Amino acid sequence: MTTARIAPSLRRRLVIRLLAIAGILAVILFVAVRFSAETASETTLDAVLGVATASIADDLRSGESGARVSLPPETFSMLAAMGEERVFYRILIGETTLTGYADLPLPRDTPTAVAPVFYSRTYREADLRLAAVSRNLIIDGLPVTALVIVGQTREGQRVIAQHLANRAALLGLLVFLLAIPASLVAATSLLRPLDRLAEAMTRRGPRDLRPVRHPVPEELAPLIGALNSFIARLKSTLAQTETFIAEAAHHIRTPLATLRSEVELALRLAKDEPMRQRLRRLLRTVDEGSRSAGQLLDHATVLYRAEQQAFARVDLGQLARGLVDRYRTTADLKDIRLHLDKPAGLLVVSGDAVLLEAALRNLIDNAIKYSSEESDIHITLSATAEIATFRCLDQGRGLDGAVADDLRVRFQRGSNVEDVVGSGLGLTIVAEAVEAMGGSFRLEARPSGGTAAILSLPLAPAELRTSDQTSGPVALTAQDTP
Amino acid sequence: MAHGLLSPLRPPFICGKPDTNLSQALTTGKTLRFLLIEDHEDLGRSVQERLMLEGHAVDLAQTLAQAREFQQAAVYDLVLLDIMLPDGDGRVFLTSQREAGNTTPVIVMTARAAISDRVGTLDMGADDYITKPFDYAELEARCRAILRRRGGVADTRHRHADLTFDPLAGTIEVNGETRELRSRELRLLEVFLGAPGRILSKDHLCDRLFSFSEPVSDNAIEVYVGRLRKKLAGSRLRIDTMRGLGYRLSGT
Repeated sequence: MTTARIAPSLRRRLVIRLLAIAGILAVILFVAVRFSAETASETTLDAVLGVATASIADDLRSGESGARVSLPPETFSMLAAMGEERVFYRILIGETTLTGYADLPLPRDTPTAVAPVFYSRTYREADLRLAAVSRNLIIDGLPVTALVIVGQTREGQRVIAQHLANRAALLGLLVFLLAIPASLVAATSLLRPLDRLAEAMTRRGPRDLRPVRHPVPEELAPLIGALNSFIARLKSTLAQTETFIAEAAHHIRTPLATLRSEVELALRLAKDEPMRQRLRRLLRTVDEGSRSAGQLLDHATVLYRAEQQAFARVDLGQLARGLVDRYRTTADLKDIRLHLDKPAGLLVVSGDAVLLEAALRNLIDNAIKYSSEESDIHITLSATAEIATFRCLDQGRGLDGAVADDLRVRFQRGSNVEDVVGSGLGLTIVAEAVEAMGGSFRLEARPSGGTAAILSLPLAPAELRTSDQTSGPVALTAQDTP
Repeated sequence: MAHGLLSPLRPPFICGKPDTNLSQALTTGKTLRFLLIEDHEDLGRSVQERLMLEGHAVDLAQTLAQAREFQQAAVYDLVLLDIMLPDGDGRVFLTSQREAGNTTPVIVMTARAAISDRVGTLDMGADDYITKPFDYAELEARCRAILRRRGGVADTRHRHADLTFDPLAGTIEVNGETRELRSRELRLLEVFLGAPGRILSKDHLCDRLFSFSEPVSDNAIEVYVGRLRKKLAGSRLRIDTMRGLGYRLSGT
């Protein structure tokens, strides 16, 4: 089994992406809050500064010898009262500074009379915000332009701005922190349909070949569609395999049955011995062919079922009882006595009834085939705490020194069985069936002559064993519709 | 199939007591009436002929519909049923027969080896199943076993001269002494009792006693005849050797 390469968790990727977006948004929020706060406070302060400047400009009066300036102290105190701000001013008439700081920077563009011009400059190691308003005066009958410049430090505003920036940063951080649980919740709820689907798929087990009917989001529909069509194909392939095995059996066995019947009929009617010998040889060949065909199909079934691993509770005792009862007629034909010795209770193993039946049947069949007439075959079932053991002991010809492992190889037969019809697949079937169910199988030569076939299987867990439903037919019929 | 329906070999059938009739048919080697349901024509005819050679009456139905017609016209001792038939599944037929209260013993002939078939057919009320291709010796043994089982409560003992034969228990009673017969001795005795006074060739006995696929030694029949003679010792029944011809049961 190969597993797909595991990519990083979808949930983790989703959370990381959501948090990254939340982080960017928090930064944007911080910048926006800070920018708009600063703009708002600057606009307010500028308005005050502008009004103050304009009122000074309004108070310019032209006299006989020049202009007269009145500097209302409340204006300055208002500007300074905003904190510990310093206020500078400069009033020019034409190019000449009338009063104030003569080196106070001029605006880049000369303001018009109507609106004040605002600008920022560094002056005497302080950042100044300046407003300039111009006014036309008539002095000595000549028109002159008066320029009023008022500058103001903005220490207080910087403190407020810093304060606001801290607030904005805190707000951004808060937003980001809130985004963490929010994105976790979002990722979980977004992935819930996927989780439910995964859970449903895990629950259904490997043998459930029903199409997936679980409600899924639109995006997963193509995936589920593909999965369902895959399941449908798998199902039909499996069904075909089973049908094929059954059909093949039918098509091979029916003509063989006709052939065998005809040969027996001919043998029954034939009078002269050479012809009878010939027909006997023919019958033997037919038997060999039909046995091989049967065992090949059995083998295919065993391989197919072993792969399926469809296990249920099977009562080994009942299965053995049924087989022994059925084979008693066959054994009777050779005056062979079949003895079954089994414990009174249930011997429940967890396995596939088809595989178990194939294994036990082949062992009993072998024992009868290779036993001489009027001998006894003892079949015993026993159990330890965890292992059930099936033994088939015959008084037949034994293994003739052959190693049991060699006899398990496909089409490998013992050196002492050439006179008996066989395919060489029986023990392979037994070994493969038993091993598929976690059991073991071995052949031993009995000291008194004959062969012991020993098959061990793990017992089903206790809670299954003591369940009230008896197994056997129940478990067997449960296997009917794989 | 004229041989089946009008067979003169058929014993009178006693309604309501089929079991007694069956055991009589069995133990006296008399004819049995088979209904063979098999769509494969060659196989059907071959099986029919083979069974008729043993003296049984066999009707061959190739479809389930035909089988039902036959069943309305006659009562059968045994039904041999194929599973795959052109007009339906043999198992469905079997179930409907059992539901209708028809208890005629049924042996299913299956071409498939899957356990689901085997166990399934037994659950559906088949008495036994046999996998194609089959050995007639085995088919006969299975029929015999079913008829013995079905004989059940009825007394299956029969008197032949001074001997009481119980095929169900596999015993004979001579002069108040019960002797047990092995399976082959029992079959040999049945063959002789079925044809009293007739000379039976070694080959014929061989065919009846052994499966054709078994290797049989030349003196095998002599061995079993010898054993049966020992079991019959003290009775008026004896097996005479007809030199060069075979054996004959006399004294009945």
